[in-house]
Amino acid sequence: MAVDVLDLARWQFGITTVYHFLMVPLTIGLSLLVAGMQTAWVRTGDRKYLAMTKFWGKLLLINFAMGVVTGIVQEFQFGMTWSAYSRFVGDVFGAPLAMEGLVAFFVESTFLGLWIFGWDRLPKRVHLACAWAFSLATIASAYFILAANSWMQHPVGVVMEDGRPRLTSIWEVLTNSTVLAAFPHTIFGAFAVAAAFLVGIAAWHLWRRGDDEPVWRSSVKLGTWVGVVAFTGLAITGDFQGKLMFEQQPMKMAAAEALCHTESPAAFSVFAIGDVSRPDCESVKSITVPALLSFLAHNDFTTEVKGVEDLVPMYQEKYGTNYPVDERLGELSGQPIDYVPVLPVTYWGFRLMIGFGAISAGVGLLVLWLTRGGRVPRGRWFKWLALGSIATPFLGNSFGWIFTEMGRQPFVVVPNPSGVDGVWMFTARAVSNSTPGEVLTSLISLTLVYGVLACVEVFLIRRYVRGGVAGVLPPGGPGTGSKSGDDVLSFAY
Amino acid sequence: METFWFCVIALLWLGYLFLEGFDFGVGMLLPVLGRDETERRVLINTIGPVWDGNEVWLLVAGGATFAAFPGWYASLFSSAYLPLVLFLLALIGRGVAFEYRGKVDGARWRRTWDVVIFAGSWVAALGVGLVLTTNVFGLPLDAAGDRVGSPFAAITWESLLGALAVAGYALVHGAVFLSLKTEGEVRERARALALRLAPIALLPLVVLLLLVQIRFGTVWTYAASIAVALAAFGALARLALRREGQAFALMGVAVACTVVALFGALYPNVLPSTLDPAYTLTVENTASSPYTLTVMTWVAAFGTPAVLVYQGWTYWVFRKRIGTRHIPRVHVP
Ligand code: HDD
Ligand code: HEM
Ligand code: HEM
Repeated sequence: MAVDVLDLARWQFGITTVYHFLMVPLTIGLSLLVAGMQTAWVRTGDRKYLAMTKFWGKLLLINFAMGVVTGIVQEFQFGMTWSAYSRFVGDVFGAPLAMEGLVAFFVESTFLGLWIFGWDRLPKRVHLACAWAFSLATIASAYFILAANSWMQHPVGVVMEDGRPRLTSIWEVLTNSTVLAAFPHTIFGAFAVAAAFLVGIAAWHLWRRGDDEPVWRSSVKLGTWVGVVAFTGLAITGDFQGKLMFEQQPMKMAAAEALCHTESPAAFSVFAIGDVSRPDCESVKSITVPALLSFLAHNDFTTEVKGVEDLVPMYQEKYGTNYPVDERLGELSGQPIDYVPVLPVTYWGFRLMIGFGAISAGVGLLVLWLTRGGRVPRGRWFKWLALGSIATPFLGNSFGWIFTEMGRQPFVVVPNPSGVDGVWMFTARAVSNSTPGEVLTSLISLTLVYGVLACVEVFLIRRYVRGGVAGVLPPGGPGTGSKSGDDVLSFAY
Repeated sequence: METFWFCVIALLWLGYLFLEGFDFGVGMLLPVLGRDETERRVLINTIGPVWDGNEVWLLVAGGATFAAFPGWYASLFSSAYLPLVLFLLALIGRGVAFEYRGKVDGARWRRTWDVVIFAGSWVAALGVGLVLTTNVFGLPLDAAGDRVGSPFAAITWESLLGALAVAGYALVHGAVFLSLKTEGEVRERARALALRLAPIALLPLVVLLLLVQIRFGTVWTYAASIAVALAAFGALARLALRREGQAFALMGVAVACTVVALFGALYPNVLPSTLDPAYTLTVENTASSPYTLTVMTWVAAFGTPAVLVYQGWTYWVFRKRIGTRHIPRVHVP
């Protein structure tokens, strides 16, 4: 029975988090870019920048609402479906979550309200400061939640006491090497999303030859450069994460490559033909770059990278061959532990993450080149290229998370191989003692509601994208400085 | 230290019930007080800039419980699973509805979201009351802190009473808030409604407090319950004299004393077990380590005053009453 609940709970967490993380990167990236646009407007007074702030700002708000409501579900889920986990790690894990709320969410929600309703009511610079306050708060919230997540990947700053991890240094948790790498990687990922969003939509407007051409040209330019920087940043920080992963989670490293046998030097597989899942690794044909994996793991071309075959016995020796006999584990009680993550998911997840990111950066550059010096390609293909490329970094991010989270199975808290003793937890042991019916109810209802809301959001975004600048900036309206009558609100729901 | 954190969590609940209480109330009264589209927009815009900030009080209450009393957080959230799912769905709907309602100019579009706001506000207010009351009266927990028995264990007549108590409070509180924040006809209607509704709407709260007094009564809860009655009575009296600001403040006192009574009845337990008192979760057996609590105390010591200052500032910025004449024309693509 517990197994059913486990699977349902995992599906629910995966679906809701991946969904939440569709909104999150767009919010993070776009809010900073919008704050930048507004800064440009306040400094230059150029109406073009006001138009950009208004247009992209409106899309940001449509997206933000969904990010907020799906985030609330995340916060509750730890207690609802992962109560055994929460009990076990609360001493450590709760702190960053509480800090996120107190330091980040309060700032975010309050200053966003001020920003939305404060046009013309607050002095220009104060209003601008509100935009910066909430954009920076999105970054802060990302930091705290990633610190929490990184602790699960690599527990630090704790000792085991009475069967539970006890926090000994919050500083170590907040400066975990894992979060120092994951944070910039995730933030660059967020900018990749925002950049592709800008490029795709602005290029479509150029193609359509509507009004406000300068707005769209500036947006394409901004988007492309942000995208290129973001992708470069992703590659650099990703390389860094690879090295940490090699030390901290060797099994995930092997799983990323579906590497069966230990290799030295190890080759990086670019693409595989055939089924990468075990046990028959021999049947897979793979296009490889020699020694690249060694480089990714350890910065030289000779390092030995351990394969699944050799890692399994090492894990069995350290963490046991069988689950303990414990009724909370249901069918898994006393069964052998499978230390290998689902290889097709990790292998392809890793490749799709990089691939989709690369495509989006490439398309950005291509669009910039195609629209150079006032040109705009006229073919329909250009429209589809522009709009299609919006999706790519979203997919890259989702696959990145799916890889990271599935790659740490069967652990929910991965043991730290050097340092902290005894702190780890199997996912199977983390789940609540709920009935399958309960989790099924929430899984179905949340998925349905999320599905409906996805349609609504896409519908609204399309509408506002089509509406262009005129749709959000009435002539003489809010933010243009001309107060229309002393009493009418410059913005109201 | 544990006691201090217990108080902090009570305080966060207080902030939540006081602030989100009125925005639930506004949503619950939307079709009643908003007779036409412009009036409904007046109502929604009284809470427009602040509802999200209000909601964060709950998130922080949850996060603080997780950090300070992980066992409490885990047992309560997993045991009251189904009510919480319903509550979450209501919050999702409400939040999206506020933001999306005005984004398309269409009667059907707006009507749909109005229904979501109305239903979402009711369900959420009832849900909060239910979970809070369940927490005070206890759940069938075993030695591991897991619920034994049916998924509906959180639904008892006591918790249903609590649901009505919070919803009733939100209703009156929302009406008082609206009479403070609007002008013209809407204001008059809100005031009249608050006065007329209060005797019925606040009844469940009174009964709940009596019940708490009978079951867990101490001098504390006794004093707090009396204070609730006095404050609520005072609020209505001030409202009758058109002192809306004072009435609103007194409603705040009423909810503050309610929280004191409920959490006072609970302490030193955090979640009683109805099976066996030995399984009851207490501040001691669920608390995090002293180190974690110290860290959290520092964070709270710096964070909380800042929150109060800038949230206070928001209310100041948007302090003006809103009337139909302030509502701009719809401008959407
Ligand atoms: C602070 C903690 C935390 C954070 C920031 C994230 N996750 Fe996670 N994730 C978990 C904590 C966690 C968890 C509670 O530990 C889960 C539940 C079950 C499990 O194995 O880990 C999990 C599972 C989990 C699963 C299912 C894995 C499986 O079934 O094997 C997926 C697909 C994701 N997560 C994806 C994400 C995404 C897209 C995130 C970005 C927002 C994310 N995670 C952030
Ligand atoms: C699984 C763990 C997560 C939990 C428990 C969680 C919790 C939440 C909550 C409760 C909110 C709503 C706050 C409000 O009402 O304003 C939220 C929104 C947000 N979260 Fe998450 N979150 C998770 C993962 C992440 C990650 C990994 C990131 C960033 C890297 C992130 C970034 C954000 C941002 C920027 C928002 C603002 C709203 C928006 O996205 O549009 N979250 N989250
Ligand atoms: C050459 C390029 C890249 C490399 C080498 C790389 C490497 C990595 C590695 C090793 C991890 C796992 C970290 C761990 O679990 O320990 C990771 C995670 C992740 N990647 Fe990438 N990545 C690259 C490009 C991208 C791109 C283009 C995106 C998005 C558009 C992206 C988004 C993510 C996300 C969201 C995660 C999960 C969060 C995290 O752990 O930071 N990555 N990446």
